[in-house]
Amino acid sequence: MTTTAPETGALEAVFEAAVAADERIEPRDWMPDAYRATLVRQIAQHAHSEIIGMQPEANWITRAPSLRRKAILMAKVQDEAGHGLYLYSAAETLGTGRDELLDKLHAGRQRYSSIFNYPTLTWADVGAIGWLVDGAAITNQVPLCRCSYGPYARAMVRICKEESFHQRQGYELLLALSRGTEAQHAMAQDAVNRWWWPSLMMFGPPDDESAHSSQSMAWKIKRHSNDELRQRFVDICVPQAESLGLTLPDPDLRWNEERGHHDFGAIDWDEFHEVLRGNGPCNEQRITQRRRAHEEGAWVREAAAAYATKHAAEHGEATA
Amino acid sequence: MTASVPTPATVPAQAHATAALSLGDDALVLSHRLGEWAGHAPVLEEEVALANIALDLLGQARVLLSLVGDEDELAYLREERAFRNVQLVEQPNGDFAHTIARQLYFSVYQQLLYEQLAADAGSPFAPIAAKAVKEVAYHRDHAEHWTLRLGDGTPESHSRMQRALDALWRFTGELFEPVEGLSVDRDALRDGWLTTVTDAIRRATLTLPDGPQIGAWTAGAGRQGIHTEPFGRMLAEMQHLHRSHPGATW
Ligand SMILES: [Fe+2]
Ligand SMILES: [Fe+2]
Repeated sequence: MTTTAPETGALEAVFEAAVAADERIEPRDWMPDAYRATLVRQIAQHAHSEIIGMQPEANWITRAPSLRRKAILMAKVQDEAGHGLYLYSAAETLGTGRDELLDKLHAGRQRYSSIFNYPTLTWADVGAIGWLVDGAAITNQVPLCRCSYGPYARAMVRICKEESFHQRQGYELLLALSRGTEAQHAMAQDAVNRWWWPSLMMFGPPDDESAHSSQSMAWKIKRHSNDELRQRFVDICVPQAESLGLTLPDPDLRWNEERGHHDFGAIDWDEFHEVLRGNGPCNEQRITQRRRAHEEGAWVREAAAAYATKHAAEHGEATA
Repeated sequence: MTASVPTPATVPAQAHATAALSLGDDALVLSHRLGEWAGHAPVLEEEVALANIALDLLGQARVLLSLVGDEDELAYLREERAFRNVQLVEQPNGDFAHTIARQLYFSVYQQLLYEQLAADAGSPFAPIAAKAVKEVAYHRDHAEHWTLRLGDGTPESHSRMQRALDALWRFTGELFEPVEGLSVDRDALRDGWLTTVTDAIRRATLTLPDGPQIGAWTAGAGRQGIHTEPFGRMLAEMQHLHRSHPGATW
């Protein structure tokens, strides 16, 4: 159906008014093409991050040092797969299917969060990821529960609940290590040292360099700037690190009475851009594993599709 | 964790301990193998499903091992020869068809076994089995559905599924060997198993393997602590971190 210019103008006015009134845009509502494209890009990147993010933690499932921790970790990695499912479904409501998005991920045409290009070298990394990476994700994502696009906002409500569970479990894992043997304490400190700065980079480039921010703010897809969220995260983490009995690897980190916030040291944006460009420690490994799982699973998906076609008529009589 | 302790015998006799270890090790080892799929599954829904099954089995293992002693000491500090699981569950994942064949053979067995145990008011395992049997019904359903899809899917999936059923067949006889401390009607178990598995395989347009269900002396000895080569590597990976920090809590 073609829409004439005056009609589009009227639809656009309705859309703008709904966003201004903090109403939710739903899949069948008219929306500008650029709004749709921005959402698909952001939701896809988020979905890809969930499924790639399974890898660094799954790396420790088979080595988890107690059965209780193993159960927690398996459940966490499973949750991340579930988050991927919700988010691909949210993208689907915008007319872009999971297969298409996965193809783009595998072809390197869509991104996932750079944080997952860092390796999990010790068991403590599982705790550091829960505490810092899930923690940063929550700081980023809680405002998305009020995102203007309804299906995305609703998916985020569910996801944020589970992420905060992951954050607490990660904290608790680190606490056990910090209060454990000398070797365990050192393992926890080392993990925090390695994950702290990459976690701060999760909020994206500084505001004056952020390419997509202002339009997304106007559309209420994004509600706070990268730097605001980063500051919020630092302020949350500092007292938590103290309770953990661990230090954060930043000599410039101190409370600023005047600002009412913690000052912190300069972030190494060269590293950020290098990892983004594909030169992080695990970029190649992560995408290769993802592609391989997909390719090696092709015959399984084809079998399921063939079976469904053959038996479309019988639905439900399989137990006859 | 606090195990939900069965009413008739809080401290199981030696024979019951052996039985608890046998059932607990089956669940522990299969859960571990399924956990290896995380991040490698053929489709996102299966990441969730395989993790679900692995988590159920791990939960069962923890309850069963806790009947015998400290769950972590038992899981992480026993040597290979002290594990009582059947060799079927320790077999490497292979392709998805092998994983499904292993699941089919094991979950049908586990469901029938747990149904018997749940119905036996005198068994110390009755309460555990009653809870687990609901979980296992889902595992079996999952395995049967995939057996159908793979068997009756494409020519490739059909031949892969047949190969997997054939390859694992020789590990199925052990499921019906007597287990010390476990009083079950083994004939009913074997008959029920064969009927159900045969039915699933036929509906999937596949052929019931015709080789022996017990191989040479190595196959069939898992309950006595004789395992297959891949199991040692699995334990090395599973136990390494725990053993590297003696006495530490996690
Ligand atoms: Fe997540
Ligand atoms: Fe998470």
